[in-house]
Amino acid sequence: MPELTYREAVRDALSQAMRQDDGVFLMGEDIAEMGGSMGVTQGMLEEFGKERVRNTPISEMALAGAAIGASMQGMRPVAEIMYEDFLTLAAEQVVNQAAKIRYMSGGQLTVPVVFRTQGGAGWSPGAQHAQQLEAWFVHIPGLKVVFASTPEDVRGLLWSAIYDDNPVVFFEHRTLYPIKGNVPQEIEPIPIGRARVHREGEDVTVIATGRLVHESLKAAEEAERDGISVEVVDPRTLQPLDEESLVSSVKKTNRAVVAHEAVTRMGFGAEVAAVLQYQAFDWLDAPIERVGAKFSPLPFAPVMEAFVVPHAEDVLTAIKRTVGKA
Amino acid sequence: MATAEHKATLAKSELGDVLREMLLIRRFEEKVEERFRAGELPGFLHVAIGQEASAVGVCRALEDGDVIASTHRAHGHTLAKGTHPNELMAELYGKQEGCSHGYGGSMHLYDVERGNMGANAVIGGGLPHVTGAALAFQMRGEPRVALAFFGDGATNIGTFHEALNLAQLWQVPAVFVLEDNKWAESTPESQHSPIRDLSDRAKAFGMKTLKADGQDVEAVYKTARQALDHARSGKGPVFVHLDCVRFHGHYIGDPQVYRDKDEARKLAETRDPIKLLREKLKLSISDEEFEELDTEVTEMVEASVEFAKSGTDPAPEDALKNVYA
Ligand SMILES: Cc1ncc(C[n+]2csc(CCOP(=O)(O)OP(=O)(O)O)c2C)c(N)n1
Ligand SMILES: [Mg+2]
Repeated sequence: MPELTYREAVRDALSQAMRQDDGVFLMGEDIAEMGGSMGVTQGMLEEFGKERVRNTPISEMALAGAAIGASMQGMRPVAEIMYEDFLTLAAEQVVNQAAKIRYMSGGQLTVPVVFRTQGGAGWSPGAQHAQQLEAWFVHIPGLKVVFASTPEDVRGLLWSAIYDDNPVVFFEHRTLYPIKGNVPQEIEPIPIGRARVHREGEDVTVIATGRLVHESLKAAEEAERDGISVEVVDPRTLQPLDEESLVSSVKKTNRAVVAHEAVTRMGFGAEVAAVLQYQAFDWLDAPIERVGAKFSPLPFAPVMEAFVVPHAEDVLTAIKRTVGKA
Repeated sequence: MATAEHKATLAKSELGDVLREMLLIRRFEEKVEERFRAGELPGFLHVAIGQEASAVGVCRALEDGDVIASTHRAHGHTLAKGTHPNELMAELYGKQEGCSHGYGGSMHLYDVERGNMGANAVIGGGLPHVTGAALAFQMRGEPRVALAFFGDGATNIGTFHEALNLAQLWQVPAVFVLEDNKWAESTPESQHSPIRDLSDRAKAFGMKTLKADGQDVEAVYKTARQALDHARSGKGPVFVHLDCVRFHGHYIGDPQVYRDKDEARKLAETRDPIKLLREKLKLSISDEEFEELDTEVTEMVEASVEFAKSGTDPAPEDALKNVYA
């Protein structure tokens, strides 16, 4: 099995799809000569040319909307929004248009577009360059939302997103681009809507996304030293949600922690907690714990940033609380 | 920095000060690059090395009470608007003594007392604020002007068009200063705009437009004065198009794989606003005097680093303050 970084895995899915299918093309700011601000599309201009690796002006609304329009005419565009903070500028097209066009047309149209974006804190860019906004989009019927945490997952899921006939908002995490992992020789599409169990355990289930998957795996190792056996599950797709896998894990462990980097309050984790309490109420031995960012914009000063966003210790504390060892 | 007596052009006696101010900004930003590379500065930083004449020429033409909105490339604007280098450097080090008290960072510099409504990490983010601030001045009958800085890349975002249209429609006292350095990150202007003269975009709203060589601080000042006088006298907003040069990368650390290195070097040789002013002043400022000036501002910059390093780190929990008024 080849080893790829998360960044290379994204690039590989894009490139392979573009090799096999002329309808797949990229548009975004600074994705051509520069290869994207995260270096994801490096080298792709040389292979595919500027028609299919299209630099756009700084016009998020137009680039998202044009991707939607092209998809309505049978293309499969992948639009890159440089930072997910700037998804807010494209939100009209994503939320009011892409999400609803199939519905409003009574099923006549499909919008097979992918909005790739990245975010995440830990490098002190301040309040407008590192937010985690997935909760905004999971709330919108008609959108699919993916958040992959490993090279294998990001490749297989991006492939599925490109070939899905619905608009997909595809979140990547900035701090994960350099991580390495084995991937299958050939791309194996990972179905949208299927969770992944990263680690099996008996005492508590941690349901985590993005960077927090890795933080939770660290916390799980720590907990094991204290004799607590932790299962770590990554939903990978936030919308639709693989409720069955999450519920069955919690029915086994009887305890749950939900962890993401986004602000805890009103976050994706709140929905997961609601699903679990409703479907596994009689199995739960402790209140469901939630781990996420504190309720503030992201501050600049590193000491404050580190305080606001969650880390492995926060997951560990939550784990211990659920088993009464805090 | 606003000066008391306002003339249409810079007085000869002011030019020494102007040179000093541009040099201070240059040395400050060189220091920022150095400290970032040394791993001392967190975050994401953009320097405006080569564009000092725009910051200094424009801000000098402002009156006390005028306000600006800046961009991601904000250190020069901030210093030129009167923030002390100590406070700016302290902000870049994330200290409480910083102009945004450690909450903002390089892309979020605020100094309300000096009329700085904020840098912005979102392209075009400040443009509507300027229209709105000017509206407030207009509604209260105050003789103040709100002024926005932005780049060529920003003329492609919706807020640019919406903010200019509204400003013109309501005839508010606003000035929109385009720092046209021909690049938006790695994207050259020919790849982001189908027209070669970006002033045409303002003209499309019926807005008065003025142009100047953004590397010539005297020309910048004179044009900014004209624009400010027009806006202040109730004749409506003005678009100021400055022809500028970005000497360095888009952000600190940018390898600029997309740019011809010779071109950048040549521009730095022929279009350096500090060199250009110095040449003009040849007769009145000797090399020794220039060295003295340089030593003076370099010491100020060094002192700002010392000030910043000995500043106070915010407490982690301070992150939860200021979320609401
Ligand atoms: C809405 C938005 N999209 C993209 C970016 C990323 N970005 C930061 S600076 C920049 C280029 C800006 O170019 P220009 O306006 O010409 O200013 P310059 O950098 O040349 O000073 C881009 C694309 C951003 N900050 N905000
Ligand atoms: Mg520019």
